[in-house]
Amino acid sequence: MPPGIPDGMSAAVLKVNGEEYPVVFPSHHTLLEVLREECQLTGTKHGCELGECGACAVLVDGKPVLSCLQITTDVIGKSIRTVEGLQKGNDLHPLQETFADLGAAQCGYCTPGILMVAEALLENEPEPDNEQIAEALSGNICRCTGYHRIIEAVKWAAAKQRGDDWRPAEALFMGSEIPD
Amino acid sequence: MVKAISKLNDELADATESQLKIIGKPFRRVDGRAKVTGQTQFADDVQFPRTAYVKLVRSTVPHARIKNIDFSAALAMEGVLGTLIGEELPDKFGILPVSEDEHALAVDTVRFVGDALAAVAAVSEDIAHAAALAVEVEYEPLLTISSVEEALCTPEPQIHEYADDGNIHKKVSLKFGDVEAGMEQADIILEDNFFYEGSNHLALEQHSAIAFAEDDDRVTLYSSTQCPHYVHRALTKTLDIPASRIRVIACSNGGAFGGKSDPFNHEIVVAKLALKLGRPAKITLTREEVFYCHRGRHPVQMHLKTGFRKDGTMTAQHLRTTLDGGAYGSYGVASTYYTGALQTTTYKLPNYWFEGARAFTNKPPCGPKRGHGTPQPRFGFEVQLDKAAHRLGIDPAELRLRNLLEPNTITANWLQIGTIGLKECIEAVVRGSGWKERYGKLPEGRGLGLACSAYMTGAGLPIYWNHMPQSGVQIKLDRSGNVAVFCGETEIGQGSDSILAVVVAEVLGIDLKDIRLCVGDTDLTPVDLGSYSSRVTLMVGHAAKQAAERARDKIAEAVAEHMEVPKDSLVFANRTVFPADEPENAIEFSEAVVIAESRFGTLGTTGSYIPPRAPGRYRGAGVGPSPTYSYSASVLEVEVDPETGLYEVIKVWMAHDIGRALNPVLALGQIEGSIYMGLGEAVMEEQAFRRLPKRLSGALVHKMPSMLEYKSPGFHDMPEMTCYMIETDDEQGPYGAKEAGQGPLLPIMPALANAIFDAVGVRVDQVPIHPDFILKGLQAKKNGRDPRVGPTSFPDVDYGEPLIVHTPAQGGDGRAANDPKASKKGLRSASGTMKKREDALKEHSSATLTTD
Ligand code: FES
Ligand code: FES
Repeated sequence: MPPGIPDGMSAAVLKVNGEEYPVVFPSHHTLLEVLREECQLTGTKHGCELGECGACAVLVDGKPVLSCLQITTDVIGKSIRTVEGLQKGNDLHPLQETFADLGAAQCGYCTPGILMVAEALLENEPEPDNEQIAEALSGNICRCTGYHRIIEAVKWAAAKQRGDDWRPAEALFMGSEIPD
Repeated sequence: MVKAISKLNDELADATESQLKIIGKPFRRVDGRAKVTGQTQFADDVQFPRTAYVKLVRSTVPHARIKNIDFSAALAMEGVLGTLIGEELPDKFGILPVSEDEHALAVDTVRFVGDALAAVAAVSEDIAHAAALAVEVEYEPLLTISSVEEALCTPEPQIHEYADDGNIHKKVSLKFGDVEAGMEQADIILEDNFFYEGSNHLALEQHSAIAFAEDDDRVTLYSSTQCPHYVHRALTKTLDIPASRIRVIACSNGGAFGGKSDPFNHEIVVAKLALKLGRPAKITLTREEVFYCHRGRHPVQMHLKTGFRKDGTMTAQHLRTTLDGGAYGSYGVASTYYTGALQTTTYKLPNYWFEGARAFTNKPPCGPKRGHGTPQPRFGFEVQLDKAAHRLGIDPAELRLRNLLEPNTITANWLQIGTIGLKECIEAVVRGSGWKERYGKLPEGRGLGLACSAYMTGAGLPIYWNHMPQSGVQIKLDRSGNVAVFCGETEIGQGSDSILAVVVAEVLGIDLKDIRLCVGDTDLTPVDLGSYSSRVTLMVGHAAKQAAERARDKIAEAVAEHMEVPKDSLVFANRTVFPADEPENAIEFSEAVVIAESRFGTLGTTGSYIPPRAPGRYRGAGVGPSPTYSYSASVLEVEVDPETGLYEVIKVWMAHDIGRALNPVLALGQIEGSIYMGLGEAVMEEQAFRRLPKRLSGALVHKMPSMLEYKSPGFHDMPEMTCYMIETDDEQGPYGAKEAGQGPLLPIMPALANAIFDAVGVRVDQVPIHPDFILKGLQAKKNGRDPRVGPTSFPDVDYGEPLIVHTPAQGGDGRAANDPKASKKGLRSASGTMKKREDALKEHSSATLTTD
């Protein structure tokens, strides 16, 4: 341990969103706690801190991880991505665009976790179907939306990333047409 | 496209439609970008240096006197900054003035496992947690009251002394019209017992609050609350400092659904500790603690008796309910009235008798959850209508159409109804689902079910009696062209910020990006009562419209003078102002503001809204009135496995009379979210309790205070959804708008029960509907018994003398015909005679909630 760091504390440089964060934290603290409290990256949320809701999901070396269950000392040196690292400059990521435009974020509390898991999915599967999206996101709870808009927003973002001009049905923007 | 089916208000609809610039378009919500980038600041995201982290010490026993609290071990820990006990906050508070029964920290008595009795503050959350665990509490146990039945036969010890009768917190009996004569006129009378289990809101964000002191008597609190104004009132009451020195800021809520609309003990505790310790104090509840905070759906038992004529029309209804209220009042008195108040708002019901009783029990307090008190009786009503349709050989959709209430009428219980789009809603889901071709004709195991509902668009009365506006908006116009809008409203995910902004943008013809919002801040913004009862779109919408129209008027006056054109020829659009017939002479909106500011000086306007006075004048008439009511109809398709009773909801069709959708994407989001939450309650969600084994204290505890065990629907549990919006352009709504966030939840639970009946012929009269209930029904059917599963009896409750109110049809005046005070002298305990607890419990344990 470097001098001045007492027992039970750890010191490290975390790599988050491509930037270096020198942090000192209690060694038992989870990645969720260190991101929010030491790095001041409060975009990552918590709904249970027991691995039950997915709100805290971040990417570690490209894979979704529940940061509330991730001991920080095990991810030193790994590449961590959070919602704050999604946009490029001032441009939103396609997932961010479609979530905002389709109402896939209502209260927005589940959103950072869901965006990160969806981002990991799109990295591996540029054209996911509904079932693949539901499967990937099955560890994330959203209490506001009823999930449909989230699935459609992921598909829409995937299409945008592929340069495809597919977009969700008009019924999702204006309501369904009543049949005669 | 939205279909504007508007028979009543064609003129208003056309006029509105042709002029609207942004309203009605699916624009991106104003906080959309912040929400997808992690910028939105929720309460737990607010951080200050030197914060003291707070933990509450919670009772481990359900009902006891506190003998002693020993902090010595906790105080010996390094990093502990201070403690707090109930005596330091001696004044009681509570959301309703009639039930201010909470101490921020229990004084003398704890009333449920999880009740807070002390607080500790430390330099870190870890230390605060360890210190809270080290606090030693000595209890003297009191008898536990765990259910309505136990409350009825256990008047002592009283959980609260102010209860109406023993441990019955509140009793209501309201009789409108001649119910007995109505029953006589009926060709058939249906009588059913129903049960609706309680559930938690399970908002994804755990409650959090942080406070700091600015002086020895000034404090600011940031909190995840739906109602900063009511929190402000509770702090004023408990902190003993002037209201003008307390500031409450509501952060965006990470979901709320009614679960953040009470003022909470933890909010008061951190404010007090900030003042006591002279440093910021913060608390964030764990998920387990959120289940103790609760204020969720009341478990409700119902006995519903309705008279029908052969043609399916109704002659009278008598509804009796019991609510298991938990340990504190919360909104419970209102909840009790709500289990009866809206039964009359959907169909013609000439005579109606409602009796309701809420019990105190040693469980976390129940309160308002999406649909507040009305999903339970709605479930019973709509299932019974399905039964009536089958008994009378009338199609269930047709039966409802025959009973539709007339628009612009006053109901038997004196509620003023405006537009009703329910006929169009029913027709939409009937057509969409292929009801006529498919209902009753699907193969065994497949079924369709239909149900309808109505809901308020904002409670007509405030929580506490006053004559002030329920919503206020201030607008500051700046020579830059920026418009700052100040309003006490609170964003809980429903999109209230967007509604506030879009109304102002619409009136002033500017872009949403030209508007800066300042919301939910009791120091800086005019009061809005809060994000509850589906009131925000309507009330904030009106206040914003008035303030914006006044601003437009001011600007128009100055510009008209300047341009030498008539004032009312001016059009505000595309961030410009121009005479209608000279668009080429348009000036920038900012230039128009400069002209007005030069003419009048600094520019600011206000707007406010007070709902119209309701016609009811009897005691209890305050619950139920609303400026207008929304309507919904739903068809749900289910597939049941007759071998196992396992079922899957395949598809939901939902049509909602929204008045007018100000932003269709937001509105649809509310409708879909309501379907989702309704399905959660219909299929799986339960806030359930159990007794620990004797050797582990035998205490009554929450069965599953975690998200893993408290089941809620996930990505794989959602059926296909088709949503229709019906626009009725109600005169009472801003631009014709009604609510969308609660009404569409209500038909889901009965539609499911009705669909299961269509699929396999089994009646399940309680929710959530577990597969084993269906299996039980199927076995009964096989053995030639009644294939019905649900409660077989209803508790024996003395509701007291009914208040007699003559209906409008009887020529009543909205007042009660008898002395309300007389009914107050109810008798202690069930049926006027005190049963011995043991005997009564024996009787009830085998009866009430058992199913066969
Ligand atoms: S906070 Fe990590 S899964 Fe809920
Ligand atoms: S948007 Fe609120 S929990 Fe998903």
